[in-house]
Amino acid sequence: MPTFVRTEKCDGCKGQDKTACMYICPHDLMMLDKDGSKTGHAMKSYNQEPEQCWECYSCIKICPQQAIEARPYADIVPLGASVQPLRGTDSIMWTIKFRDDKIKPKRFKFPIRTTPEGSIDPYGGKPEADIAKITDPGFFVQVNGYRTGDSSELIKK
Amino acid sequence: MAEFGKPDVVEEEVDILIIGGGMAACGAAYEIGPWVKAAGGDIKVKVVDKAAMDRSGAVAQGLSAINTYIGSEQDPADYARMVSNDLMGITRDDLAYDLGRHVDESVHLFEEWGLPIWKTDENGERHDGSKGLTPLKDGGKPVRSGKWQIMINGESYKWIVAEAAKKALGTDRIQERVFIVKLVNDKNDKNRVAGAVGFSVREHQLFVYKFKACLLVAGGCVNIFRPRSVGEGQGRAWYPVWNAGSTYAMAAEAGAEMTMMENRFVPTRFKDGYGPVGAWFLLFKSQATNGFGEVYMQRNKELLNDYPPYGQAAVPASCLRNHLMLKEMKEGRGPIWMDTVTALGKLRETLSPREVKHLEAEAWEDFLDMCIGQCGIWAGENIEPEKKNSELMPTEPYLLGSHSGCCGIWVSGPEDLGAPTEEKETGIPEHLPSGWNWGYRGMTTVKGLFTAGDGVGASGHKFSSGSHAEGRMAAKAMVKFVMDNKDLKPELDTSVEILIEEIYRPVRNFLEHKDYSTAIDINPNYITPRMLQFRLQKIMDEYVAGVATYYTTNANMLELAEQKLEMLKEDSLKMRAKDLHELLRAWENYHRILTAEAHMKHIQFREESRYPGFYYRMDHNKVDEENWHCFVNSIYDKEAKKWTCFKRAHTDLVDKSKLFK
Repeated sequence: MPTFVRTEKCDGCKGQDKTACMYICPHDLMMLDKDGSKTGHAMKSYNQEPEQCWECYSCIKICPQQAIEARPYADIVPLGASVQPLRGTDSIMWTIKFRDDKIKPKRFKFPIRTTPEGSIDPYGGKPEADIAKITDPGFFVQVNGYRTGDSSELIKK
Repeated sequence: MAEFGKPDVVEEEVDILIIGGGMAACGAAYEIGPWVKAAGGDIKVKVVDKAAMDRSGAVAQGLSAINTYIGSEQDPADYARMVSNDLMGITRDDLAYDLGRHVDESVHLFEEWGLPIWKTDENGERHDGSKGLTPLKDGGKPVRSGKWQIMINGESYKWIVAEAAKKALGTDRIQERVFIVKLVNDKNDKNRVAGAVGFSVREHQLFVYKFKACLLVAGGCVNIFRPRSVGEGQGRAWYPVWNAGSTYAMAAEAGAEMTMMENRFVPTRFKDGYGPVGAWFLLFKSQATNGFGEVYMQRNKELLNDYPPYGQAAVPASCLRNHLMLKEMKEGRGPIWMDTVTALGKLRETLSPREVKHLEAEAWEDFLDMCIGQCGIWAGENIEPEKKNSELMPTEPYLLGSHSGCCGIWVSGPEDLGAPTEEKETGIPEHLPSGWNWGYRGMTTVKGLFTAGDGVGASGHKFSSGSHAEGRMAAKAMVKFVMDNKDLKPELDTSVEILIEEIYRPVRNFLEHKDYSTAIDINPNYITPRMLQFRLQKIMDEYVAGVATYYTTNANMLELAEQKLEMLKEDSLKMRAKDLHELLRAWENYHRILTAEAHMKHIQFREESRYPGFYYRMDHNKVDEENWHCFVNSIYDKEAKKWTCFKRAHTDLVDKSKLFK
C-alpha cells in the first residue's frame, strides 16, 4: 500500500521549517520536488521508491495538509479500498472503505496517549543515580518493576 | 564547496556513541544521563540515527501489544525457560533471566510517559488505556493476551518513548539522517573499536566519530530472502524493511564474535499483509485450520514427538508450530485459514451488544496499531472477520534477536547468576573470552563495542520493552567502561581519505561510467543496488532454504550458495549510487550481503536441523542433541574476507524440566 501525495492538497510545507513527510519517513522515501523536474509538480512531495514502502503511515499521519494517502499494493489487492487516519493529540480516527461500497465503511477512534504531547518530564521526581551501584543489577530509578526472582531457581549459583 | 562524492568531513570526538534510534537506543539515551552525572558529568554522549527518532526502528508504525511483561506473578526464571524452549533449547539463560528481572521497569515508565495500557476492572471487563484505571506499577491489572503479553493502544508507542529519550539526552546530542556504515578499529589495538563513520542522506557530509565506547543498535535484518511479494508489495515485509543487517555486518567486520547466526524467524501471519496473529490466537481464541477445516495442531500433533523435549512443552516452540502447518501445505491440503468467523461467533454468544461492538473495534485496532496494510487487504478483498475467514501464510525468513529469534552478537552477561566462567569446547580462537561474562554487561568481544535488542544473540523474546531495558543495561555498563578507561585516546586504524574513498565508491562508479551507455540502469561497469539485492534474494531463496524450496537445503546447495555469494560480494564493489538515496541503499545492501553470508555459513556448519519449520538441512534432518546441543559462533576476518565457525558449550542456569511436567 504505497503512499501517494494528492497534487491539489500538498503545499510543500512552505510555511513550515521542514517538509514533514521527508522529515519523518523511516526509509527515506518521501522527497520534495523543488523544481518539478522529477514529477512535473514543483514544490510538492512524492514517494520516490514506492516498492520499498512499509506502509507505516508515518507520512500520512504527520502531513499537516492531509495530502497523503495510501493505495493498497497494486500487485496484491483488488482496487477500490482505502484506509485513512486522522491523528490528533490524544487519539486517532480511522475510516476504512471497502471495495464493495455496499459494505458500510468502518469508523474507529482509539486513544494514542494519556499525557499531552511534549509534556514528558523524564527525570522529574526521579532520584539521582548512585555510582556505588553501577555494577549492580537494576536501573538508576525503580518504579516497582524490578523482579528479584526466587534464587532457588538458579541451579548453578 | 562540497559536492556529490566529495563531501565535507565532520569529525567529532565523544566518549559514547549510540548508533541507531529504535527502542534499545531510546532506552540507552534515557538511562545514561543520571549515570553520566553521577560519574562526574564529563562524559560526552551522542546518538546517530539514519532516520528520525520519532518514527525509527521496528516500532515506527506502533504496536498493539507489549510482548514482554513479566508481572509480579511470574518469575524471571519462568521467562528464561520460555525463551529457551521457544528457541529449541539453545539460549543463554543469563541474558534472558537478566532481561526478565529488568524489563517491567521500562514498561512502568512507558505508562507514566503516556502510553495507554489496557486494563481489566474488578468485574473482569476490559477497558482501553485511556480510562485512567490504576497504573501497573500500583497493581493495576493488565489485559493479558498471553502469558507474557499485555494489550496497549500503541499507535504512538515509539513517539512517546522517543520523546522521553530526546528530552533526557537533549536534541543537540542527537544527529538524525546520518547513516553509519562502518566501524573503525583502534590503531593500537585491533580488538578495540575506536570510531564509526557514515554519511548524511541529506547533504554532502561525511561524519567521522571517535569514541571510547559505542552502542551498536541498528536492528535486525529484512529482505535478504526473496519476499513472497516481488512487485509493489515487496516493501510490505513483516519486520521493517529498513532493518538491513547493519548491526550484524558492522559488528562482524569490527571483529566481534557472532552467535547463532543460523537461527531465523519465519513468522506465520495473515497472508500478504503480514497482520499479527497473536491477539487472534490468544485473545480471541481463534484456531488455524487446513483447507478442509481441520485443526492442524491437532491433526499433526504426533509430529511434535519427533522433537523431544521441545515439542512436549505446554506451548511447543514456534518453529514446530510452523512444522505442523507446513505438512498440510506440502501435502496439498491448503490453504491455511484463520477461523475468525467461528472465534468471533463464539465470543458473541456470551457478550452484550456493547461488548460485541468493542470486540469488533479491538480486532481492527490490532492491525491499525501496527500493520495498517493488513486492513487495506481486508478492505480490498471485502473481508469482515466476523463473516469471512482469512488466509495464513509462513513468510520469507527474517534474522533478528529480539522477537522469536536468537541470532546476533555474543555479549558479556551478568555475573551474579552462576554463568560459566570457562569454556568446555575446544577450537575457539585464542583471543576470545572463555566464560559468559568479561566485565561489562552487553559488551561484545571487541573492547568498547556494546549492543542490545536485535544485536544481542542467543537470547530472544525481548520485543519492544525488553530491547528498551537492554539498552538501559548497556548504557550503565558503557559509563562504567568509560570511567575505567579515562586515559584512553582512541585512534583510527584507517585514514579519513581511505574511508571517503571506500564509502563513496558507488558514487565514483556512477560518475565515471554513467555516459558509457544511454540507459542509466543498464551499464556493464556497474550494478544498481536494487539489482544486487534481487541477486542476493534469489541466491538465498533458492539455495539457503527460502520459500522456493519450502525452507529446505543441503550441503550441495549451500556450496553453490557459497560460490554465488562470493561473487556477489566481489560485485558489491561495483554498486553504483546516482544520488545520496541510492548510496543509502548501496550500503544497506552491503550490510545485507554480509549478514546473509553469516547465515549461510552457520547453517552449513551446524549439521542438523535445529529449527524444523524455519529451515531443514535435508541431509541432516533431525535435531541432534548429542552433537549439536551447543552454540554455533563465528568471527569474520575483514582482511581475508573469511568466516571461521566454531562451537561453544551450552549449559542451563535454570531447570528446564519444569517445562515438561
